[in-house]
Amino acid sequence: MFSLPYVLQQFINAIILGSIYALVAIGLSMVYGILRLINFAHGDILMIGAYTGLFLLTLYKAPFAIVLIVPMLVGGLIGVIVERVAYRPLRKAPEVALLITSLAVSMFIENLAIMVLSPRPRRFRIPSFLSKSHFYGAINFRNIDILIVILTVVLVVVLTLFVKKTKIGIAMRATAESINTSYLMGINVNNIIMLTFAIGSLLAGVAGMMFASKYGRIEPFMGFLPGLKAFVASVIGGIGSLPGAVMGGYLLGFAEIFFVGFLPPQLSGYRDGFVFLLLIIVLLIRPSGIFGQAEKREV
Amino acid sequence: MKRFLGVLFGISILFLVIFFIDKRFNSYYREIFSIIGINIILVTSLNISNGFTGLFSLGHAGFMAVGAYTSALLDLPLDKKAMLLPNLPYWLGHISLPFLLSVIMAGFMAAFFAVLVGYPVLRLKGHYLSVATLGFMVIVRVVINNTPNLTRGAIGINNIPNYTNIWWVYFWVVITVYALWRIINSSYGRAFLAIREDHIAASLSGVNLTKYKILSFAIGAFFAGVAGALWAHQITAITPRAFSFVTTFNIVVMLVIGGMGSISGSIVSAFLLTLLPELMRPLEEGMVLFGYQLPQLYGLTQLIMATLLILVMIFRPKGLMGDRELSLKGILGQKSS
Amino acid sequence: MLRLENVEVYYGVIRALKGITLKVEKGEIVSLIGANGAGKTTTLRTISGLLTPKSGKIYYNDQDITYVPPYKRVGMGIAHSPEGREIFTTLTVYENLVLGSYLRNDREGIEKDINWIFSLFPRLKERLSKPAGTLSGGEQQMLAIGRALMAKPQLLMLDEPSLGLAPILVEELFEVIEDINKQGTTILLVEQNANMALSISQRAYVLETGSVKMEGDAKELQENEDVKKAYLGA
Repeated sequence: MFSLPYVLQQFINAIILGSIYALVAIGLSMVYGILRLINFAHGDILMIGAYTGLFLLTLYKAPFAIVLIVPMLVGGLIGVIVERVAYRPLRKAPEVALLITSLAVSMFIENLAIMVLSPRPRRFRIPSFLSKSHFYGAINFRNIDILIVILTVVLVVVLTLFVKKTKIGIAMRATAESINTSYLMGINVNNIIMLTFAIGSLLAGVAGMMFASKYGRIEPFMGFLPGLKAFVASVIGGIGSLPGAVMGGYLLGFAEIFFVGFLPPQLSGYRDGFVFLLLIIVLLIRPSGIFGQAEKREV
Repeated sequence: MKRFLGVLFGISILFLVIFFIDKRFNSYYREIFSIIGINIILVTSLNISNGFTGLFSLGHAGFMAVGAYTSALLDLPLDKKAMLLPNLPYWLGHISLPFLLSVIMAGFMAAFFAVLVGYPVLRLKGHYLSVATLGFMVIVRVVINNTPNLTRGAIGINNIPNYTNIWWVYFWVVITVYALWRIINSSYGRAFLAIREDHIAASLSGVNLTKYKILSFAIGAFFAGVAGALWAHQITAITPRAFSFVTTFNIVVMLVIGGMGSISGSIVSAFLLTLLPELMRPLEEGMVLFGYQLPQLYGLTQLIMATLLILVMIFRPKGLMGDRELSLKGILGQKSS
Repeated sequence: MLRLENVEVYYGVIRALKGITLKVEKGEIVSLIGANGAGKTTTLRTISGLLTPKSGKIYYNDQDITYVPPYKRVGMGIAHSPEGREIFTTLTVYENLVLGSYLRNDREGIEKDINWIFSLFPRLKERLSKPAGTLSGGEQQMLAIGRALMAKPQLLMLDEPSLGLAPILVEELFEVIEDINKQGTTILLVEQNANMALSISQRAYVLETGSVKMEGDAKELQENEDVKKAYLGA
């Protein structure tokens, strides 16, 4: 059977991967909660965050704190621009129009990246103090891994407090429940939606940095699959719910790592297929996810 | 009778056009016309589920892949089969079907997968259905990548005989368009429309939702499989990477710009948007303009397609044709009866 | 205070309001009565800005607000307690009330008003931190009205406040409405229970299929034979 250190190692890997999924899933889930939109372009914000980080690191030799913060801001900004330019004109359009547009936005960003940055994958090297490894017997992890997990926890706690306690946070939750009634409260719904995109994209930007740091390699299409998987994560947790997105992210991280780590190695190539199989199963058995309420609006 | 003559007239014109292209154009242009035809099959067939039935599937490239691999496995010459795929099951390693048969089988295999996948997935609504079908596409790719004995995995199958020509392609275009046309104007077509317009009303009026949804999905998949087979024998090499999200996206763009719910819109749009990348190719590869070497702009075509799609969604959400059809009467400005 | 001039509203191709003209003076209680589908709710939704007229004008304190976005109208003093309550069920009672005061920044004033709402509807206080979705129908109605009051409106629009309430509660509710009015809030009331509405109103409008059919003094309308027959169930 599997040795304890091996199991612990898988556990650690799952937490790291889950953290990244959780951060990406939050943005998808919050946007879906308000607009009923699966934002396919969300994963591409992750890619933008990673490239921003790469340039700060290699061209400007910027300190790592800045390399973390600037991609967040750039990601947030792009998210807001996308919402303003592509999604806002479709506020009253049918759902499928939004879906198609988000596919188009995703294609747009990816191909712009190919044109400007070349389709060639690039190596992503993090500063040596972050790539330093710790060994405890057969278990090992790097400083960057610790940073990823801590940063995720901090961001999730801050965001949760913001959404729970502040007036704007309450307004965000209200808007997710009913846009019209929110207007009657005097809430500027467009601003709230913009803010939701900004926060979600901010987290995707930093998740992109984490993803790049973890795998050491970036390319223009890198965001597509993590974006889709984050959607799976938010469905598992119950789409529209913040704790759901976080839980879903970690659950998916565990499911995926355990699938690879504990099942026969011949199966590990089916990893991505397994994730979508999971999606289909969850949607059929419990479409509202773990934390979600049954959807009020007709899907 | 009048309609029959019209169809006959149309087919004769098409016959003459293809004859002309076949004789007068070089192989590069003939290939472009083949691809246009294949795209017409893909877009019109996607229209059945996405346009007419309102099930917005993103799995078309998956069905195309199923068709492409099925046909290649069925009609590869035996010597090539032995060389490329030595580990095939005995019966599969020792058959080599004629092209027509392998294309038909490709269609049926894709339709079979559609029924298999459709049964659970088509119960989902709206966005969930779209993502689940996209998930199906990813699963198809993963499976192809991981069954090297059958598909040679990521390397793909090359040396596929170049059976496809414009005659074959437009033979299938005519069959596809005619079949879809007949289906849409039958009681099945009305059931599809009823599902699109109003789920609840359709189910109350006794339309067996699941049956019709799966039927619509499977018909679309059948022709996607056919198109995949034709494509495989045109390009002569297939890899799982060829059936990606980008492939689905391009078909969706053509569909939406042509107008969901309009067969003629799909045809026009497939024609125009297949030509676009060919026109853009010099730009993408970095052409010399007035003595200046322009930089390479890979991705430009997709960028333009994406921009076009966003603009269409915002300013003309029903596409070129909406759910109307082109007709000679309409073009000549007469009132259609 | 509020004036609608020939307001026409469409739902798609259907003309829901066919040129409504009405006014509400400061300090009044004005009722809109009429059958289902007469356009009462549509009128309120147009005044609060959720619907935009195809033609016609809306004036509020002599300012043209026809195209002012809905959230700005709240800031101008128009509050709307919508039909079917439409409270935020996933939010707590307290959070619902806080959202009512979304545009206000006077922390103390808000706390004071929350306490005032609790004095009007003591039940809400007991449910302070419960999700509003767990309240009973009557409690949700109180919350919806309380939430609208939290905006400190000059004009309060109530859409079917008595819907689904027990008769005793309805009387209580109408007393509260009169109370609020006496404290200086102008009220535009839409009610199925026309008798009750007319008895506390100064003036009223009778709507029929999107137009004003009759208007005038509430007491006179209450005595009018046609109105009696059609709406008062006499």
